Amino acid sequence: MAETNHARRFTILWVVASLIATPLVIVLLGPILPPGKGSEQAAGHVTDNTVLLGMATPVLLLVVLYLLYAVIVFRQPKGGVLEGPAVRGNQRIQTVWIVVTSLLVLALAAYGTVRLEEDGSGSGGGPSPVAVPGGKKLQVQVIAQQWEFTYRFPEYGGVEVPHLELPVNQMVELHVTSLDVIHSFWAYQLGVKADANPNIDNIVFVKPTREQTFELRCSELCGIWHGAMFDHGHVVSRAAFDAWIAEQQATYAAATKALPPYSKTYLPEPTRRAE
Amino acid sequence: MSTTTIDSHSQPAPARRPLLRRLIGFNLLSAVVLGVGGYYLGWFIGHQVSTGKSFEFISATDENDVALLLAYLFGVAGFLIGLGFANYPVSRLLGKPASLREKEDEGIGRYFGLCTDHKVVGMQYMVGIGLFFFIAGLNAMLIRTELLHSTPTTIAPNQYLSLVGMHGAMMMGVMTSAVLGPFANYFVPIMIGARRMAFPRVEALTFWLLMAAGFILVSTIFFGGFPTGWTGYEPLNDQAVMGMDSYICFFALVGLSMTLLGLNMIATIITMRAPGLTWSRLPIFVWSVLATSVLMVLAAPMLIATLAMAALDRTINTTFFVPAGGGSSYLFENLFWFFGHPEVYILALPGFGIVLELLPVFTRKPLWGYRLAVSGMLGVTLLSFFVWQHHLFVSGINADLRPFYMLSTEIISIPTGFIFLCVMGTLWKARSSFSVPMLFCLAWAFNFLIGGLSGVFLSDTPSDTDTHGSFFVMAHFHYTIMGGLIFTFFAAIYYWVPKMTGLRFNELLAKWHFWLMFVAFNSTFMPLFVLGMKGMPRRVSSYAPNLHGLNVWVSISAFVLGVSMLIFLVNAVYSMLVARLPAAANPWRSKSLEWQVPTPVPVNNFEQIPVIDSDPYDYGTPLPARGPTGGAEPAAAGV
Repeated sequence: MAETNHARRFTILWVVASLIATPLVIVLLGPILPPGKGSEQAAGHVTDNTVLLGMATPVLLLVVLYLLYAVIVFRQPKGGVLEGPAVRGNQRIQTVWIVVTSLLVLALAAYGTVRLEEDGSGSGGGPSPVAVPGGKKLQVQVIAQQWEFTYRFPEYGGVEVPHLELPVNQMVELHVTSLDVIHSFWAYQLGVKADANPNIDNIVFVKPTREQTFELRCSELCGIWHGAMFDHGHVVSRAAFDAWIAEQQATYAAATKALPPYSKTYLPEPTRRAE
Repeated sequence: MSTTTIDSHSQPAPARRPLLRRLIGFNLLSAVVLGVGGYYLGWFIGHQVSTGKSFEFISATDENDVALLLAYLFGVAGFLIGLGFANYPVSRLLGKPASLREKEDEGIGRYFGLCTDHKVVGMQYMVGIGLFFFIAGLNAMLIRTELLHSTPTTIAPNQYLSLVGMHGAMMMGVMTSAVLGPFANYFVPIMIGARRMAFPRVEALTFWLLMAAGFILVSTIFFGGFPTGWTGYEPLNDQAVMGMDSYICFFALVGLSMTLLGLNMIATIITMRAPGLTWSRLPIFVWSVLATSVLMVLAAPMLIATLAMAALDRTINTTFFVPAGGGSSYLFENLFWFFGHPEVYILALPGFGIVLELLPVFTRKPLWGYRLAVSGMLGVTLLSFFVWQHHLFVSGINADLRPFYMLSTEIISIPTGFIFLCVMGTLWKARSSFSVPMLFCLAWAFNFLIGGLSGVFLSDTPSDTDTHGSFFVMAHFHYTIMGGLIFTFFAAIYYWVPKMTGLRFNELLAKWHFWLMFVAFNSTFMPLFVLGMKGMPRRVSSYAPNLHGLNVWVSISAFVLGVSMLIFLVNAVYSMLVARLPAAANPWRSKSLEWQVPTPVPVNNFEQIPVIDSDPYDYGTPLPARGPTGGAEPAAAGV
């Protein structure tokens, strides 16, 4: 009986499957990957997610097909007591495996670093972020508290408003902070997430690229109404934004006077027992 | 070491004491009595010391964290004294000869108290951990019941958060010892040819500490529960009601239990190996236990310290974590995850060990790449201390260091990959038979692969922006922890319990358990990736209505997963208590040392300490000399 060359057969199986599946995954799943293309940062995430998925597909296929192949082909006959070959390793395969996985991992880390440092990637960058996009930025302070977000516009007299509107195609500099416990500001369609810590000014940049309604959520457990900390925000045209902010300034004129002056962080006394 | 112990077998069996005398000895009854007494003593003292004006917030809210924490500590101390843990040190202090062994010769009673026989402790762990696994699983069922609706319906929001917290803390706390508790305690001494653990009394202490901790966590429901989830983030922690103290006390005791368990394992494995059992012959499971123990010893004390600071913040108004007093919420996150990330590898590594230990038996091949597997485990152990801030990518903490943590997190997949290569190498040209333990091991390979690949998305900072704090993360760590630890936990149960009890499981029920669990597990957690990507945050009881359908699907799958656990429970009760069919002496034809000793294993394990001359993976037909690459099957095997 001629010996089957299992190694060659499996390699062909895997290569063919990967060549078919990987482009399919990229073409079919890529466009529907989160979070959509609501901002430059979100579009960047779609690209990143597509790249990662493209890299993960052959790895997934390698192990899953291998397991299936081994389970189907290398079986003990029913009731048999056969022993397998006493192979204890293979230096060449081990070396190749270590080199290939190392290269893959280093490539991933390098890619991730480059993407992160381009524009901060919509991820909370702390009080002094390394990657600062150029040009004029609209400053918006996001103030989290149990259980709502409010927004302060220092360039518009420090007015504080309960809902968020942003002008389209304008780089926004969000300063995220908290008045009580840790929250996390998550603008899903804009690809923005930044934790809100008390006494911390967490800066994140985002440039919405189309007019839209987006979801705002808290993504760090902050007490019993964490799940209800939800709102819709809007990206509108520049003219609509100017009109909206002027209207807000008028509506909240009295409240603005009563507010503490605009500051990077606020430190109210802690609530020892909330209920 | 065994030369100093008194051989209890040479003494005549003591006469059976009268019932009353037995009831007032040091046993579970006295433990409970002294535990409850200690609890009320602590409660009383706490109220006496904390009625001063400096504790305004306490009098204002009718809550007393000092009293509750003291009550727990006194209660645990009373519980341990009642079990007899003080007898040895007190006898030694008084200059009296102390009993070196506790309860090793008693009948069924030895399972209900302080026993220094590592096999009894292993069985105690098995049942105790099973109890808390069941409670935590029921919590998960209740969580999924609530998530059948997109708004809080069945369960009030604060109760929902308490359930989430209890489920998480129980699984991450008590289940940390799911493999090391029952299986390492039972089998490591036998596998290394020792008669006992290095510190038998400490071994027993780890178990009873864990049980005390578990009940303290459950008691949180009497004090309002806790809203923080298993991570206990500050300042939410500081703001929470008294139930938070239960969490703090629970996790600190778990940390203590883990530290002692790890120290005991390290001492045992280093000093008590039989002659000839060199490091390169050590069973791979023992290597994984050693690696896990190193992590436990180095990481768990950090948890205890962190929780002590949190307790001080809550009781005497220090401000370690309260920003208004100069503290920092970042500090807690940093300290917690410095423990928390090694912790997840504490959960994963024993799984690696079990899979690699069992595969050679069921494939009838030697372990492929022994040294690679060991270096993989040690690599994971080392690297797991350098990745913790990947939990904090969006927090703004040390934002400049994110590329480093991205790199270290992705590098840790290299040693994890070693384990996969060893699994795949062992399966190659094997003669695999698919008994239930083998099925669970193969399921591990699939689950952990999904867990690992989804981890790549989380390790990449830009991509993590979308998935952080969402159901995606939840799915990821359930694939690695439930898919990694719990599946191998069941592999170990089906593989080793016939040795521990001498009884065999019902094969049909076991197969039903496996297939239902595997299918329901994937059907439960795979859709969670989608839910996370669609923007559903973790730990919420209200979510977007458009995610309702998928959540219902997940809940129903979770209930089926629960049913599969019930099948296991039925099988365990039926096979171990009702049918009681004897197991074969070595049903898997294993060459490992633990299957060569008689069943039930004698108190001293070995009549004579064995001399080891090879590793336990001496399976397979030697290859004909054909060349350095090998891999060719001998003709005789090609039936």
